[in-house]
Amino acid sequence: MTRNATTEGRLTRVLLIGLALLFLGFFLLLPLVAVFSEALKAGIGPLLDAIHTPDALAAIRLTLFIAAISVPLNMVFGLAASWAITKFQFPGKALLITLIDLPFSVSPVVSGLIFVLLFGANGLFGAWLAEHDLKIIFAVPGIVLATVFITFPFVARELIPLMMEQGKDDEEAAISLGASGWQTFWHVTLPNIRWALLYGVLLCNARAMGEFGAVSVVSGHIRGETNTMPLHVEILYNEYDFVGAFAVASLLALLALVTLVAKSVLEWRFDLHAGARH
Amino acid sequence: MISVRGITKRFGTYPALHGIDLDIQPGEFIALLGPSGSGKTTLLRIIAGLEFQDGGEVLFNGEDVSSLRVAERHVGFVFQHYALFRHMTVAENVAFGLSVRKGKARVSKAAMRARAEELLRLVQLEGLGARYPAQLSGGQRQRVALARALAIEPKLLLLDEPFGALDAKVRKDLRRWLRDLHKAMGLTSIFVTHDQEEALELADRVVVMDQGRIEQIGTPDEIYMNPQTPFVSHFVGETNRIASSSGEIHFRPHDIELGLDGSHAVLVDNVFRKGGVWRVEGLLEGSGQFVELDIDTALEQPGLGETIRFHPHRARIFNADGAQTQRERHQGEKP
Repeated sequence: MTRNATTEGRLTRVLLIGLALLFLGFFLLLPLVAVFSEALKAGIGPLLDAIHTPDALAAIRLTLFIAAISVPLNMVFGLAASWAITKFQFPGKALLITLIDLPFSVSPVVSGLIFVLLFGANGLFGAWLAEHDLKIIFAVPGIVLATVFITFPFVARELIPLMMEQGKDDEEAAISLGASGWQTFWHVTLPNIRWALLYGVLLCNARAMGEFGAVSVVSGHIRGETNTMPLHVEILYNEYDFVGAFAVASLLALLALVTLVAKSVLEWRFDLHAGARH
Repeated sequence: MISVRGITKRFGTYPALHGIDLDIQPGEFIALLGPSGSGKTTLLRIIAGLEFQDGGEVLFNGEDVSSLRVAERHVGFVFQHYALFRHMTVAENVAFGLSVRKGKARVSKAAMRARAEELLRLVQLEGLGARYPAQLSGGQRQRVALARALAIEPKLLLLDEPFGALDAKVRKDLRRWLRDLHKAMGLTSIFVTHDQEEALELADRVVVMDQGRIEQIGTPDEIYMNPQTPFVSHFVGETNRIASSSGEIHFRPHDIELGLDGSHAVLVDNVFRKGGVWRVEGLLEGSGQFVELDIDTALEQPGLGETIRFHPHRARIFNADGAQTQRERHQGEKP
């Protein structure tokens, strides 16, 4: 091992690494193992049975449906916002950057309540919605709205620093060579940001499927209708159906693991790409 | 002919250009020379159509192109950091301008390949078409950027600090190569630089800029030998500036004559060999102002603490308003 000015003594090193691993094991690895071991307590058969109930399947379908709407929406929003922020100067830019972070700083429960206050029976638009027989709160549209709100920083947060660093030289070069705006976006900008975009989408998706707080407020917990997977886990758990609860939870945990692996692969590719710049 | 008429530009409250007028003849190689913040890059970008002026107009052969976008002006622009598309091969980069053409202007794949190869041959990068920009050296990337700009057969070539990001040796080679290429092609070209050596070596005419204004336009020889303003005199070449009762005297370190009857005396502080001359640094006797002198190495190396008497035989005097009051003085005259 080469010595340099920032290398600590052996004892310090062992202590720091040990502490980090201990924390990791206790707070991250142990719960993960617990989820899977609880789910598989009675064997693989009961686990599959637990997932195969109509309510669980409905929850899975709903979760996928919500993600399928909110992730593409936020991908488009994230791209548009990052593009606007990094390529143009306009009044209110600083405010927009701050607003993008809002869902991160607000408690998810508050985020859910906002929509209840807006669209609930006694909400701002409640009367109008009832008149037109539109249901948002305690229905799927409400869950979609809450999820979109909660997940909208992910893509933009990934893209803005990268696009700022890359500047607009490439775009100007493309335009000076006769490319249209669309051609420039498609052939120059998008390839430049594709890994960061994928990464953002991945994180966005993980959160969209896993969100509990905000969704819980607007969902109404109607079994087979407005229950997403995280909500379903809670219901089963409260009913002492531990195998069922942990079976669905293990699916969510699996999603987390897949996301982590995909993220690592992307980071590796991203680094490869970033390293190849200049 | 490219004409720039009364161009003004502000960035917010910051005035970048105050009324620039410039005429460029076909086939000329023009350098926009100035320190950072002088507005040279802004002027280049306005001529390109990457930036738009607040006032004044840009004329290409008498036609006002002020409202045309960059693509409609048919200019080739080489960016300071090349702006090569990193996910495309060198050949794809070069052919990009052809590949985005639509409708009648569309070019066949084979024709694009042929054109890319021809251009790579021109910039001496034959056989590197399949590589990616990351696999090239700085000098090679620069030439790819140039080939890419030339692919659209521009009427005008604009280069922003073309050698800024290269190390000294590569810069020198590339400079000579670019000069030869310009001679061979005869394409009207404008480049921006903060390096006076680069401007003097390459350009047919140099436009010296400072704080959003043109200070002087002239051939490299005129700029060096007859700087019209204190700024040009100081910025281009090495210049001693000493205050005197008649104004500020500007003279080059080598434009001096030694002699016991010299008008100034300098107390030698430091001496070193600078190529073919002794570079002497010291303080003027009496006023204590710092000067640098070049002395023939055929003479003995001056010693520290020695006093050297000299007389600037070619000097310029500028009064407080920056106006030149006197150009040359001859030996024997007192300042």
